[in-house]
Amino acid sequence: MEEILEILEKNCRYSNEEIAKMTGKTVEEVEQAIQYFKENNIIAGYTALINWENTGKETVTALIEVKITPQRGVGFDKVAERIYKFKQVKACYLMSSGGFDLTVIVEGKSMKEVALFVSEKLAVQEFVTGTATHFVLKKYKDNGTIFKENKKEDREVLFI
Amino acid sequence: MNLEKMILKNVREMPPSGIRKYFDLINEMDDVISLGVGEPDFVTPWNVIEAGIYSLEKGHTHYSSNAGYIELRNEISNYLNRKFNLKYDPKDEILVTVGGSEGIDLALRALCGPGDEVIIPEPSFVAYKGCTTFCGATPVTINLRKEDEFKLTKELLEEAITERTKVVVIPFPNNPTGAIMTREELKEIVDVLKDKDIIILSDEIYAELTYENQHVSIASFEEVKDKTLVINGFSKAYAMTGWRLGYICGNRILIDAVKKIHQYAIMCSPTTAQFAAIEALRNGDDSVREMNREYNRRRRVLVDGFRSMGLECFEPLGALYVFPSIKATGLSSDEFCEKLLMEERVLAIPGNAFGECGEGYIRACYASSMEDLLEAVKRIGRFVRKYM
Repeated sequence: MEEILEILEKNCRYSNEEIAKMTGKTVEEVEQAIQYFKENNIIAGYTALINWENTGKETVTALIEVKITPQRGVGFDKVAERIYKFKQVKACYLMSSGGFDLTVIVEGKSMKEVALFVSEKLAVQEFVTGTATHFVLKKYKDNGTIFKENKKEDREVLFI
Repeated sequence: MNLEKMILKNVREMPPSGIRKYFDLINEMDDVISLGVGEPDFVTPWNVIEAGIYSLEKGHTHYSSNAGYIELRNEISNYLNRKFNLKYDPKDEILVTVGGSEGIDLALRALCGPGDEVIIPEPSFVAYKGCTTFCGATPVTINLRKEDEFKLTKELLEEAITERTKVVVIPFPNNPTGAIMTREELKEIVDVLKDKDIIILSDEIYAELTYENQHVSIASFEEVKDKTLVINGFSKAYAMTGWRLGYICGNRILIDAVKKIHQYAIMCSPTTAQFAAIEALRNGDDSVREMNREYNRRRRVLVDGFRSMGLECFEPLGALYVFPSIKATGLSSDEFCEKLLMEERVLAIPGNAFGECGEGYIRACYASSMEDLLEAVKRIGRFVRKYM
């Protein structure tokens, strides 16, 4: 059943019928598996991978290193939760690094907007002891997809 | 001077490929989905490409030894042992060649001449017949049958053997049918051949592309190991067709002979490709597995597609091809493929391009993106409905 997840991770727009053919299972089996994955939060959502740079819409992404003081009983989780619940936060990871604790990926319309978010919402959190903001200049690859890849067929016809 | 007359009869009389016209046609068309090309659509895994680039940066731009770098032969030896339980001494039982194709040519040239017969089960890859003819020997074809799932049977083989038989080609997993041979089925062939003075040329270039069963090499039967030459390579398993790298393994007396031709005619295989291949064998198993799983999904989509159109399609358990019967349409293989290309912009190859007994079938290669395959199934379905 893991194969269904692999297929959907590559392209979530395949129909259940198509997935059934690919995996050699019945449509009902595929439906049931997907239902199970949704109910158990294994499939957490379906999104499109968008290369916003090509739309002309201005977006800014920043990676922010956040230092925090862990709290008794709940460790880092409670502080992390206060941070990742902001809608500007696209991803949030607890790190094993010595220098900082959380990596927070933030998106905004402009550098100013992101900088303001960091200074007004992140840096001021009670247990946050420091932040370092790195702005993304160019996205080469995201979610396993290379944005500028040449997908043109270059196989020439020959007889084999 | 009549230049035509200067050309050797064997070469002059070899008919040009019957499917050239399709290739000319699709060059002038847009929006063609090609199920015609017989090679992986994946690009070589990056770690392998990077190893090739690195070798160039280090200035490794010279010849290797005739047989290929010993590091590579060591890795080939480990790999064959690990995957197929084949034991070959890297020192003198393995020769690195320019693709599996060179191995086929070397073997036939080292073994066959005028008066010798080479048994070739068909439908199959066109090189066996071509190379046999070029060295002056006589190809004796066996017509494999759909009712046997295009496998070679003991009876068919026995019928084809004569006193002049020198070589039997065992081309499994098979291009174009996708047929494979199981251990039990191979055992029957082994029993026919073990006491005969006949060399087995086992082309296992698709060995990594089997679905459901692990590939079994005929050389893993001790009774025939010494009389078997195994052909394999990197093109299909690691998506490395353009690197042109393969190998041939066997008893040192046979390998010495093929190496002689190789060293006079080729010198050595491309060294950049050899460095890349070392990386492929050391760190490529995951990539092979991943590609195999993806091919398997595409294979199922295409088989299911043909069957739901009402075309008979036996389950191909190896290689990259589906080989459905198109007899129900009333069209010949050639008519089917030409009309399909003109009317629906899908290229498949007529089965008879791989031997006369392939008439009534087409070869569709599933090394294309899933999106293209799903679209191709729609188009072929629409086409078939018109004629059935």
